[in-house]
Amino acid sequence: MEEVPQGCPGTGSAQAGRGASCQGCPNQRLCASGAGAAPDPAIEEIKEKMKTVKHKILVLSGKGGVGKSTFSAHLAHGLAEDENTQVALLDIDICGPSIPKIMGLEGEQVHQSGSGWSPVVSSHTFASLFVEDNLGVMSVGFLLSSPDDAVIWRGPKKNGMIKQFLRDVDWGEVDYLIVDTPPGTSDEHLSAVQYLSAAHIDGAVIITTPQEVSLQDVRKEINFCRKVKLPVIGVVENMSVFICPRCKKESQIFPPTTGGAEIMCQDLKIPLLGKVPLDPHIGKSCDKGQSFLTDAPDSPATLAYRSIIQRIQEFCGHHQPKEEHLIGS
Amino acid sequence: MEAAAEPGNLAGVRHIILVLSGKGGVGKSTISTELALALRHAGKKVGILDVDLCGPSIPRMLRAQGRAVHQCDSGWVPVFVDQEQSISLMSVGFLLESPDEAVVWRGPKKNALIKQFVSDVAWGQLDYLVVDTPPGTSDEHMATVEALRPYSPLGALVVTTPQAVSVGDVRRELTFCRKTGLQVVGVVENMSGFVCPHCAECTNVFSRGGGEELARLAGVPFLGSVPLDPELTRSLEEGRDFIRDFPNSPAFPALSSIAQKVLSQAPARLS
Repeated sequence: MEEVPQGCPGTGSAQAGRGASCQGCPNQRLCASGAGAAPDPAIEEIKEKMKTVKHKILVLSGKGGVGKSTFSAHLAHGLAEDENTQVALLDIDICGPSIPKIMGLEGEQVHQSGSGWSPVVSSHTFASLFVEDNLGVMSVGFLLSSPDDAVIWRGPKKNGMIKQFLRDVDWGEVDYLIVDTPPGTSDEHLSAVQYLSAAHIDGAVIITTPQEVSLQDVRKEINFCRKVKLPVIGVVENMSVFICPRCKKESQIFPPTTGGAEIMCQDLKIPLLGKVPLDPHIGKSCDKGQSFLTDAPDSPATLAYRSIIQRIQEFCGHHQPKEEHLIGS
Repeated sequence: MEAAAEPGNLAGVRHIILVLSGKGGVGKSTISTELALALRHAGKKVGILDVDLCGPSIPRMLRAQGRAVHQCDSGWVPVFVDQEQSISLMSVGFLLESPDEAVVWRGPKKNALIKQFVSDVAWGQLDYLVVDTPPGTSDEHMATVEALRPYSPLGALVVTTPQAVSVGDVRRELTFCRKTGLQVVGVVENMSGFVCPHCAECTNVFSRGGGEELARLAGVPFLGSVPLDPELTRSLEEGRDFIRDFPNSPAFPALSSIAQKVLSQAPARLS
């Protein structure tokens, strides 16, 4: 049982490098020197960088394939429909970046400028009418040479990439930064929260599907948020019901056997932001890299998205004075 | 490396299959569970190793939540999910105090636990060990492939859903298999179409054909498409044996034909 991973006291603890389990660890000396406990200087640099970013929203889910990227993309599209709102979308799913495809930017490359990496600008349907483009996107997908390229990286390399994304991307003045994450509660999530810790994150939007197999992972994610003191803006239930395009009757493809997100939110006392029905056109719009909100403006799913986006804006609005106070102090 | 020195706990395991996908939520755990059940019905002894440490789903799908792992002389005793002890299961879910507890671990800790899962679980004699993985191509996958390499796994079953966004991630997973020298047993397309229970109209909720197209382009076998089937979801939610309880549902023939193809690959390789 000596190999039990719990044996490591953690690089930041007082016992680092001194515990019994540290004997023989190649990092023992480094840990014992206390270098591991010092905060990463990047946290301060990122705080400086993020001064021009008003609101920061993380999109999370313990479960994969529930629609984090789809939601992040449509949150960005929705917010950017107001051409006075500057929106940035950052994809920190290093091993499975879907944002470039969903935003219709597959194959684009990132350019280096004097002040860092320039994000790829999405020509928004509305904004493009007004010359000024107001939706910037950054993803590891823009750094790969072919869509087959796999990023086979362990944690530390992924963390380094996320640090670079937060510190070195030249976002400019931004109203909303939306961070799309991979599934789980591991390196990417810890890093994003840690690196942004000094810069103040407004909160996390948590995505789930109705069935218990998904909810059980999402509860873990909510516990993660509590552990790292990340406010939860609310939960979005995606793929709620399916409306047959022929007979218009509803079916539950992913049945809410334990009451779905609604009961979970009641139990955990967090807001349910809304339910998005399963509409085959959402997936098609994503595959084509278009905004479903403009592709199908009257669909029930679009209305659900819009109401959720509005609630997120309201949440950020309420929390704005506090944030300005923090920056001022 | 230690694993190579002593044959250890995997010595009695004949075939190892990894279930992979670059994309999350495409049904890796579903396919792992149903494959294990189908192999069991074919008279095989099956083990499932769930290396999804941040989101273990298999215990619920086999109605084994809350069960405890015991220690014996040769290591951890896996949890048996049926009376006949024909399916055994190991998952981080059995090591958590509460089902809602989050495993907030970075890579190195995850790697250590996976190594332990590979070396310290007393599986005994198994015909098949199905390894269910989390999405991606990162720590867990490298740790698993490295730890299992001395036992030369049969290969990887790669799961995708039909839409381009998912196929994109799965292309990367195939590159991972190639780079790590893992043979691809085949591609499974899950959530292929949905037959409306009211009017029998088949809707391709997540498009269609992406998996087959991907298999063709990558030059790997295509094992079949599993339709979206609320009965399958419900059966997994309740931890029931879908293969036994729903022989008339649309997903059944697809799943059993995939299991047959897996079964027919194994002896071919032995000879």
